[in-house]
Amino acid sequence: MNRVKEAVSAWPKTILIASLVASFLFWLVSSRMDPYYLDVLTKIGINVILAVSLNLINGYTGQFSLGHAGFMAVGAYGAAAVTMFAGPKFLLHVPANFQTAATDSLFAVALVIGGSAAAAAGFLVGAPSLRLKGDYLAIVTLGFGEIIRVIFRNIDSLGGALGLNGIPPYTNIFWVLAVAVICTYVVVTIVHSTYGRGFLAVRDDEVAAEAMGLNPTRYKIVAFVVGAFFAGMAGGLYGHYTLSIDPKGFDFMRSIEIVVIVILGGMGNTAGVIAAAVLLTLLPEFLRTFDQYRMVFYSLLLIVLMLTRPRGLFAWKRRAKPALRA
Amino acid sequence: MIVFLQQLINGLSLGFVYALLALGYTMVYGILRFINFAHSDVFMVGAFCGYYFGRVVPQHSLGGGLLVMAMAMLVCAVLGIIIERLAYRPLRGGSNLAVLITAIGVSLFLENAGQLVFGADPKPFPALFPSRNFTTEAGLRISSNQLLVFIVTAVLLFGLQWIVMKTRMGTAMRAVSFNHQAASLVGINNDRVISFTFGLGSALAAAGGILYALNYPSIDPYMGILPGLKAFVAAVLGGIGNIPGAALGGILLGLIETFVNGSRFSTYTDAIAFGVLIVILLCRPAGLLGKFQVEKV
Amino acid sequence: MRIRTRSIAAGLLCASLLAGCNKSNEPSSGASGGDVIKVGEFASLTGKEADFGQSSHDGTALAIDELNASGGVLGKKLQLLTEDDQSKQGESKTIARKLISRDGVVAMLGEVASGRSLEAAPVCQESKIPQISPSSTNPKVTEIGDYIFRICFTDPQQGKVLAQFALGTLKAHRMAVLTDAATPYSVGLATYFKDAFTAAGGQIVAEQKYSSGDKDFNAQLTAIKAANPEALFVPGYYTEVCLIGRQAHDLGLTVPLFGGDGWESPQLISIGGDALDGDYFSTHFSPEEKNPAVEKFVHDFQAKFGMVPDAMAALGYDSAMLLADAMKRAGSSDGPKVRDALAATKDFPGITGKITIDAERNAKKALVIIQIKGGKFQLVQKIAPE
Repeated sequence: MNRVKEAVSAWPKTILIASLVASFLFWLVSSRMDPYYLDVLTKIGINVILAVSLNLINGYTGQFSLGHAGFMAVGAYGAAAVTMFAGPKFLLHVPANFQTAATDSLFAVALVIGGSAAAAAGFLVGAPSLRLKGDYLAIVTLGFGEIIRVIFRNIDSLGGALGLNGIPPYTNIFWVLAVAVICTYVVVTIVHSTYGRGFLAVRDDEVAAEAMGLNPTRYKIVAFVVGAFFAGMAGGLYGHYTLSIDPKGFDFMRSIEIVVIVILGGMGNTAGVIAAAVLLTLLPEFLRTFDQYRMVFYSLLLIVLMLTRPRGLFAWKRRAKPALRA
Repeated sequence: MIVFLQQLINGLSLGFVYALLALGYTMVYGILRFINFAHSDVFMVGAFCGYYFGRVVPQHSLGGGLLVMAMAMLVCAVLGIIIERLAYRPLRGGSNLAVLITAIGVSLFLENAGQLVFGADPKPFPALFPSRNFTTEAGLRISSNQLLVFIVTAVLLFGLQWIVMKTRMGTAMRAVSFNHQAASLVGINNDRVISFTFGLGSALAAAGGILYALNYPSIDPYMGILPGLKAFVAAVLGGIGNIPGAALGGILLGLIETFVNGSRFSTYTDAIAFGVLIVILLCRPAGLLGKFQVEKV
Repeated sequence: MRIRTRSIAAGLLCASLLAGCNKSNEPSSGASGGDVIKVGEFASLTGKEADFGQSSHDGTALAIDELNASGGVLGKKLQLLTEDDQSKQGESKTIARKLISRDGVVAMLGEVASGRSLEAAPVCQESKIPQISPSSTNPKVTEIGDYIFRICFTDPQQGKVLAQFALGTLKAHRMAVLTDAATPYSVGLATYFKDAFTAAGGQIVAEQKYSSGDKDFNAQLTAIKAANPEALFVPGYYTEVCLIGRQAHDLGLTVPLFGGDGWESPQLISIGGDALDGDYFSTHFSPEEKNPAVEKFVHDFQAKFGMVPDAMAALGYDSAMLLADAMKRAGSSDGPKVRDALAATKDFPGITGKITIDAERNAKKALVIIQIKGGKFQLVQKIAPE
């Protein structure tokens, strides 16, 4: 097992390419799969992207953000705006046999634009929030999330309160898996680099980090921007999967659901967070009959976790990486 | 002019309820330096207490109404103390983040358990107090329930100020808010003081819940979320940790919200409250009446 | 860390691949196999609009029971599979997907709220499963595709009729409108009403907005009062209308209030009290109608559920009955055939009126105007479609 571990950690880029190829192959066989299962997998993938990106902000950098759904909304509306308004004009100029390739590239571009818009929002949120700590930051990010939602509710050209309907169904399992793999790769690689140690330093003790010559402001902003970018991509994927988005679906309950995943998985534990995302997406599907008890269960879970196992359900590592320092 | 005055009355009535809620947030923050997310749900429980107790008491009676309010305040005070004991005390002294997450957990739990127990559909709140509408010559309308908000809030506010400034427990509260360790060194039982603070704050929330429900008689388990957040903004606006500040912040926020609601921008009302929060935190983080505290390393 | 991450990702992929392959070996779903016909239903049984979902479901369940008691359809019994969307956004799509691919329903009944019908419709359209919405009034619902039907009137019709009611019966030419800007139904109905009202010569003197979930409308009502309207149109849901009524009354706004079918709920009385006495709303059905079929329905419904049925229950009943009728005409429960039979429906005798499905898969139905008097709903007028 150790030799496998060594091999894998030695070639991160190869693993990345291999995972992307595997995603593509998976997509090829997906048409033979039960569409309900595909649906659930898509939801899992989107939650993984959201959770891993939030983990960068909350877990690795220690900035408690409760507004992640706002970034998701920006990405969803941004990507949809591209595919619905700019897309058709672009596709008209493309000859028939290139249509599929053109649609795919259009979607990729739309996702990136959605992600970038979200990243810009992340910058706008991160910059003023920097000097705030803990509780204040949580409330302010929650506030920003709500402000973003209310703004979208008032933009009539994007549907306003009625929501945006008729989004083209471009999301398929390949895109979801591919973006999930890329997101995980980026987050994990950044944090494990020399530069990335700074995130952990900012989390553990900001004043000490500053005294050591790091710029905590810069790290926090980077965390927000990168985290928001992927949240935006997740939003774009979500929009082109549900085909109809509505500001109500991006409220702070949504943010809290993502936060629960991150906490369950262990703040700063990417593998744990992915496992938690899978678990918490599957659980409601299996327990549909008990759905009304779901949120009660989640909330009790949060309380019990904090009291007994603050490092999360999946904290395997023996080396104590204190996400929550006593 | 009449419209302006009417909106003023509406805004003050809303603002006083926010003030009551904000007091709870500010007291807990002053002593423990953490935001009690579950406070908004104690508010909700208070309203539901009023609903259930109101059934056994004759409607439209002053005595009955006061009795219901007192009982609800008592129940919520106990609830607040229990929450503190079970969920927050074990984490005291630890990371702030853990307590914050626990507070969110408690809040979610109260909301969702409330949904299971009470049902998610809105319930009609009984008319506890005799209600009349008063009209001035100029056409201004004010309802007795709105007047009740003013009176009860003022009474509770003065009561609170008296407790904090003139009693031993109040002095102990202030001492703990300055420095925990020093307070315990001079013989103050921190645990007791903190429990008392939670109890007091929760009782105020319950009163706020009943007053709110009297004026907007449709209650549901999620009714506390938005008022709670806005009350928190009000507390920050006035200067968190500062009691008169919380009252001032509440009133101001109620007025701002009402005037925005009556304007073209009524669909942005929720966002305005958060906008105010962000502006205050950027420009004057200590709030209107607060003092800026340097973070000691 | 990286290692673990990779192995988990890989493991997940493999597991799901295996699981997925297993599933595709099973017989494909689309079951009219066996001796039951499975009909799917999604409704808001819990949550904020639980009143709507519960009513609608009760009516549908009554119809299914009656059909099965008289021998079922095409010799088979009907099995109703109901899922709760909790009045939440985002659930309906997954529910529809599950009912179709996992449970194998041949048709879908739902929903009351246009927003949630819109979520599930693309799934039904794609899977060629006919969907009948009992009471979604937003026109966009049936525009999704040719498998989506509705058996109630649409908001453009409702807006027009209400505008005529306001001018003709209420004799109000100066109108104020208070819209729920956060609900598709309300925004749509408000727009259609305003267009029809101004086209017929009326004047909108004040327009204010709120968001569903709000509790305080004093600010908006004060502004409306200052504009001196002769009536106030509130095209929202009952959850807010009851409070709006009370606050309007407290502020001394004495003009009549009226609204659309979103008002219909006993809560209007229980929370609104007598503040809404004398106000009006339009809906699809009144249990007071003097008609043997209606009286039988009201009697059976009361016997089974212990309460008088409202419009949502009646429409729920009609949607199931129409579906059964379409299957009988098509001679099969097969999606495309049932769809064609539905599209060809002419003068089906529903208890909410004669149902004829037009080219846009909507029904031209009569509107019923109800007035709230003495804590009860009273039938005032029945207005036939044009």
